[in-house]
Parts: sequence; structure tokens; C-alpha cells
Amino acid sequence: MSHKPLYKDTDLVLSIESVMKSFDGFRAINDLNFYLGEGELRTIIGPNGAGKSTFMDLITGRTRPDEGSLIYHQDDGHDMDLTKLREYEINRLGISRKFQAPSVYQQHTVYDNIVLSLNKDRSVLKSLFYRVSADDREFIDEILGTIRLKGMINNLAGSLSHGQKQWLEIGMLLAQQPRILLVDEPAAGMSDEETERTGELLLSLEGKHSIIVVEHDMEFIRQIARKVTVLHQGHVIKEGKFLEVANDPTVKEVYLGRQKHE
Amino acid sequence: MNRNSLFDSKAELGLVWSLLAFVLVLPILNMVAPEGSFLHVSSFQLSVWGKYLCYAVLAVSLNFLWGYTGLLCLGQCLFFALGGYAFGMYLMLMIGDLGGYKSSLPDFMIFLGYSELPMYWKPFYSPYFALFAAMWVPGLVAFLFGLLAFRSRIKGVYFSILTQALTYAAALLFFRNDFTFGGNNGFTDFKFIFGQEFYDPSVARGLFWGSGALLLGVYVLLAWLLKSKFGLVQRAIRDSENRVRFSGYSTTHYKVFIFVLSAMIAGLAGALYVPQAGIINPSEMWPTKGLDIVVWVAVGGRGSKFGPIIGAILINLLKSYTTREYPESWLLILGFVFLFVVLFMPNGVVGLWDQLKERFSKKRSASDPGDEILKSN
Repeated sequence: MSHKPLYKDTDLVLSIESVMKSFDGFRAINDLNFYLGEGELRTIIGPNGAGKSTFMDLITGRTRPDEGSLIYHQDDGHDMDLTKLREYEINRLGISRKFQAPSVYQQHTVYDNIVLSLNKDRSVLKSLFYRVSADDREFIDEILGTIRLKGMINNLAGSLSHGQKQWLEIGMLLAQQPRILLVDEPAAGMSDEETERTGELLLSLEGKHSIIVVEHDMEFIRQIARKVTVLHQGHVIKEGKFLEVANDPTVKEVYLGRQKHE
Repeated sequence: MNRNSLFDSKAELGLVWSLLAFVLVLPILNMVAPEGSFLHVSSFQLSVWGKYLCYAVLAVSLNFLWGYTGLLCLGQCLFFALGGYAFGMYLMLMIGDLGGYKSSLPDFMIFLGYSELPMYWKPFYSPYFALFAAMWVPGLVAFLFGLLAFRSRIKGVYFSILTQALTYAAALLFFRNDFTFGGNNGFTDFKFIFGQEFYDPSVARGLFWGSGALLLGVYVLLAWLLKSKFGLVQRAIRDSENRVRFSGYSTTHYKVFIFVLSAMIAGLAGALYVPQAGIINPSEMWPTKGLDIVVWVAVGGRGSKFGPIIGAILINLLKSYTTREYPESWLLILGFVFLFVVLFMPNGVVGLWDQLKERFSKKRSASDPGDEILKSN
């Protein structure tokens, strides 16, 4: 963040163009085009099977596209082709992902969970001799304050409530100091109050990170929505403000309409 | 115990000190206590305990893989045997011309029609080279196998089966006479070691001390690794490998490093085992040997630092007693012990105390409903 852009000609962080992905003949992603701006908070909605998870998998290197390009516009102006990188390499570039089911290290303390997520040299040799510095400690405390787990620093992550685990995982993402945060259903399994606080947390991160939130909970989306992207059958069918999207007849048909049947 | 201490509890520290005392004292009793005294330890007994210490190192190396990284390797016996063979090559060369054919070549080579020592045997005249090879040969095998397996994301039971297949294939290879490692007879009838007569009591003492030093050294090294951030990553891989990978760690690099280290430790244990057992042959890498180690670790306590040591010694004491008294039923008893531990003692012998405490406190709180209410608050 200290170096100057070399030839930066875009304020985008992510450009996804003409991406295709099939699994055993099933087309999970179909001619997907998607752009994410710097510091933007974007919400993605879509019915089950719309390709939301595959979309996240593609960005984080878990699966490779059959066709198309996924370009990450680095802070220094260089572009990176994400389709050539492994998961850990993509993460080191500054793309962090929160999984749908809270994925924390259950047998580790809350503190160690954050320590493991710090944006440090993560090679084998460096981790042998790593010591938590005073600066690190301060940063960890700051994160624990943000996710409201300061009093539980020595608790095992496995002993936390579901909502606390979700927050811990968000804290682990913040510790990685990412440019892009991919957040998969953060409000799943949370109480109304927890959901609202999570929304506030995400809103407070807007501008500091570029954020993609995948969500089902309409109340929650109404709370955090800026620009909303609607996925259907692996394709973007609508993009726009929440009300615009919510009142769109096609969207109503594929998404909201389906909800009534359930 | 604070966060920076190598040991987790006073109890663990006590066990380590007891082990140290045991390792120091037993050879002294062999040296000082007169024969016939009840304190006397014969050189034979010393070698038996020395072998147990090597088994304990082997169990610790498997626990490092299985208990702390979640990689159940059924071929740990291969690394042990490879280390044993490497040091056995040195011992074979030290026989000199005292063999059956009165030649400077090992007997089996004369039998195969060799008139000169093969190139790759020559460096093994040096015991230091042999010890070195006992580490890097298993290390290299583990590196190549680990790299291929972990890069292709082979894990769980598939990894276990492949390691078993690997040790089986290696055993078949070593059984062949023309592989120049003694075929099914392997290496035995050693005469000299480090310039000493092989059956001199000082040799037995030295090897015992060496095995004890290896066990304690490995213990401290692994305790330090487990305390470091490396150890945190290692256990995180065991519990949630995906999260680790999506947190910027190359789990492949970590797993290869751990696998290689564990293989090198097992190799050194094998190198010290062979002179105390007096023999090494391909049956040491037979798949059942790999399963034995798994049983030691499970019985002692997987994922605990001291458990595997206790498990290895306990099971081998039991084996030595049973095969003497009831030779027919040893395998039945072993199977029963293993089943019992898996079903009723998930944390092994070292976890028994906590398990009983928990059971006891549960019972008490069940009889006193007030306790339960207090707890739920």
C-alpha cells in the first residue's frame, strides 16, 4: 500500500469475463461477467444452484474455469491471472474467503486462531521461528475488539457459539489484511441481533476492503445492500440497487417468485 | 506452566525426568552392580530395553505424523527398516574376513558371485556416513513419496493404503537376493562396532545410552516444534486443512516437511535398533510391522506427547511376557487390547486419568441436581 501505482488504469480490483464452468455436463457457470470496484461492498443473491459457491471457488482457485478470464488488479498496477494460481498463492495476493459453515480451528484458542491468520511470511521455515511482536499483539487486540471476542481470548474456538465462530472467522479474514473479502452467508444460523451486528460490521469495513457478500436472508441484504448482483443458472441476470433489483420482474420470477413456493 | 515452557504440565515434566533417570541409571547398574545382585542388569536385558527405547522413538515419529497432523502412515516401519539397513551395511563391512567365506565381502555377495564390493556399498565403511544415510535415505523416500501424494491431494484412508503398499513393495524388493542386501536373511552375525567387540558390555551400554539420548532429543525437538507457530499450523492442518490453505499456507510444503522429518527420526531409531537386535531383514518392513506401531501409539495415547512412549514400551513388555508364557495367544491378546482401547479409551493410557476424573465428576453431579444447575449457569 506504500508503493505507487505503475500503470494503474482502472479502479477495479477484479474483472471476470466470459467465464464458463461445467461439472459432468452440468453448466454451473455460464458466460459470467463480473467487475468489482475498489472498496465496494457488493451483495450477490440467487436461488440455490445459481452458481454462487462455484463463483467463489473460481475466484479463490479451488476450481479452474473451462473458459474465460479472472483478472486481479493488484495494488501496484500489475494484473494477475487468477486461473494460474493455487489457493494459498491467491490468498497471499490479498483475497480472503469466509466459508458458509464457520471454518475455524476448533482445537486452537481464539488468540491462536488469529495468530495463524496474520499476514506474515507463512513459509515452513519462517513459522518455526516466528514470535508475536508487540505490534502484532496490538493488531490482534484491535481485531478481537472489532469482533467482540476480547474476553474470550484463551477459549477454545470449538467452545464458541455459532455466531461467535462466524465472527471469529471474519476476524481471521481481517487479520490477513486482504484487499478483497469474500463472505459466504455470514448471517446463516445467527439470531436477529447477531445478524444486525454482523451487518454493521460489514458496513464498517466498506471502503477499507472490497467485499463480496453472498446471502439468502432478505432482511440482512436490505440492511447492507449497496449494489446487488443476481445470479441465475450461472449467469448474471441483473445488477443494480436493492429496490431496483427487488422490483425487477425477471428477478421476481426466478428468485423471489420461487421463494413463495417454499 | 506458562506458555513459553516446552512442557505442558508438571506431570509431563515429571515423566521426562523419570525417563532421563531411567536412561542414565540402567547402564550404570549393568556396570556397577555385581552379577547375582537383584540390582544387576545383564547386557542382554540392557539391549532389550535399548530396543524398546528405539521402538518408543519410532512411535513418537508416527505420532508426530498421525496424532498431530492427521496423516496415518502405515509404512512407518519402512523408514525404520531403511535406517536399520543403512547402519547394518556398516556392521556387515566390519565383519571383515571373519565371515563364513573368509572374504572381505559379506557372505551373501560371495554367494551371488561378486568379486568386488558394489560402488554404493563402499562409503558404508564409515559409521558416520552410515548414520547419516540412516537419516537421509528414509528422508529422501519420504520426500519423493510425500511430494507426489500431497501435491495430488491424496489424504485420509487413501494415503494410509498407499503407504502400506509402499512398504509392502519395498519388502518384496529387499527379499530378492540379487538386490544385494542379503535377501530374506538380511544382515546378521555382526562382529565389531566402532572398533569394539560386538558383544562387549560397553557396547550394550553405549547403544542404550545412544537410544535414550535419541529419544530424549527427539522428544525435546518435537516439543519445541509443537510450541512454535509451525506446530499451530500443523494441528490446524489436522483439524481444518481447507482453512489453512485459504489462509495463505502451502499445506503441501508443511506436510512434506513433517513427513520427511518423521521418516528421518524413524530411520535413526532403526539405525540404533539393529545393533541391539543383532539382525535386520525384510520382515521389519512387512505391513504388519507398520500396524504394530499404530497400535502402540493408539494404546499409549494418540496426540499426546508422552503417550506413544508409554504405549510402545507397554505393548512390547506385554509381548515379551505373553510370547514366553502363552506363545499361541499373543495376536489374540494384542487384538483384544487394541479393540478395548479404541472402544473404551479414546485417549489411550495417558488419557485414562482425565477420562476417569471426568466420569467420576459426571456421576457425582448426576446424583446432585444442584451441581448441574450451577454448571449450566
